[in-house]
Amino acid sequence: MIEVKNVTKSFGDLTVLHNISAVFEAGKTNLIIGQSGSGKTVLMKSVIGIHRVEEGQILYDGRDIAAMTKKEVFRLRREVGMLFQGSALFDSMTVEENVRFPLEMFSDKSRDEWNERVEFCLNRVELGRAAKLYPSEISGGMQKRAAIARAIVLQPKYLFCDEPNSGLDPKTSLTIDKLIHEITTEFGITTIVNTHDMNSVMEIGDKVIFIHKGYKSWEGDKDSIFESGNQDLEDLVFASNLYKKVKKYHNLK
Amino acid sequence: MNFFEHVGRYSRLMAGVFTKPQRWSMLFKQYLAEIEKQGIQSLGITIIISIFIGSAITMQMVLNTENPMLPKYVTGLTTRETLLLEFSSTILCLILAGKVGSNIASEIGTMRITEQIDALKIMGVNAENYLILPKIMGFVTIVPVLVIFSMFFGLVGGYLIATTGVISPAQYVMGIQYAFNPYYVTYSVVKSLFFAFIISSVSSYYGYYAYGGALDVGKASTNAVVNSSIIILLFNVILTDLLLV
Repeated sequence: MIEVKNVTKSFGDLTVLHNISAVFEAGKTNLIIGQSGSGKTVLMKSVIGIHRVEEGQILYDGRDIAAMTKKEVFRLRREVGMLFQGSALFDSMTVEENVRFPLEMFSDKSRDEWNERVEFCLNRVELGRAAKLYPSEISGGMQKRAAIARAIVLQPKYLFCDEPNSGLDPKTSLTIDKLIHEITTEFGITTIVNTHDMNSVMEIGDKVIFIHKGYKSWEGDKDSIFESGNQDLEDLVFASNLYKKVKKYHNLK
Repeated sequence: MNFFEHVGRYSRLMAGVFTKPQRWSMLFKQYLAEIEKQGIQSLGITIIISIFIGSAITMQMVLNTENPMLPKYVTGLTTRETLLLEFSSTILCLILAGKVGSNIASEIGTMRITEQIDALKIMGVNAENYLILPKIMGFVTIVPVLVIFSMFFGLVGGYLIATTGVISPAQYVMGIQYAFNPYYVTYSVVKSLFFAFIISSVSSYYGYYAYGGALDVGKASTNAVVNSSIIILLFNVILTDLLLV
């Protein structure tokens, strides 16, 4: 579980996050949603520890990242997996080498155990056949799956996903969403997904936190979004034509 | 960004680079890969350039030493001194700054803009140490070898020209052996070690702090080559003063 308590973050005179508090629960897919520029990426980067916050606490199962030394942060990061917007696979390595990399860096297990774990993770994301290919030789969706395999290879307690569906078609997005959700519940990971894809919200949003202009504007689960009564949230959710039509159709019925 | 900010940021980066590696086996693996990538793959261009420059220097020396007061072997001698003292260390390293420096800056810069460096950091990897230390170590190891190759093939280039009849090959061979001072080779190799460090670290610096898109990686690469070259030329003067004068 990750707890964010009264976090404020500024860049110079510009305050990007205002007194945000939230709880990201273990075994659940926690979504941070909001418009571009609302502060959701800054919130995620602050939670990971890339940005130091001026005020507030970020607690990883009770351990405050803001109070940690650099060495302690490095150690904590071995419990963290991250899926980047652009996958961030290492171009010079094959898919298999990418997945093996964290093990080579940090695991003291034997080579056979590494191979077994890599094989397990690749099969889990259904990429066993692409193991020997380079990232440039596989599709965007496959790259995302390879990045998920790399993120879970060290059995992380916390998984961060930054816009996991960006650049993917709706069907592949759904596959990635389902995979993230399954892995989260299967391994009891605390997963935080940063997204503005409403399909993802409806698909995997066990818990949704809506950030608007740097403030936490709403919190709830995917099913309570439509009854939120939050105008800013509704404006975001029904921004696309598809959702407008669905809403119109729903209202007519 | 002013000069002092660059120096400060470069120093901070180097402090991160020269720390204990998290995995020695990974460092060794990367180190060998860098020797292959930066050194072995530069061998061809080193040999080609050295042969042609050696040939050109010999022809120019024939013209410049055409004087009945000067013995014929002076051509070989001056060719050797030019190659040993300046070409095979400084000029070769300026050429390598273009080839290897731009390669390092664009590789690390691309990793930066595609979030690969962030991925390393999130994993808990000391990205500066993991990415840059093997490059510096590999290049500093292999550059003296390239310098020795350059000296040898430069002299071979001169000999090939001598065989065409512009000067007697025997006189040329006598010239390149005459009054040979082995310290000049040491001087050249020592200089190249400094230059190799400058090329690899400065290029890594520009790549590591690249931001934006592909265009910015190109800019970082250009800055890496230009600034490495200027620093090499500056250090050439300083090292010559310290080691030779």
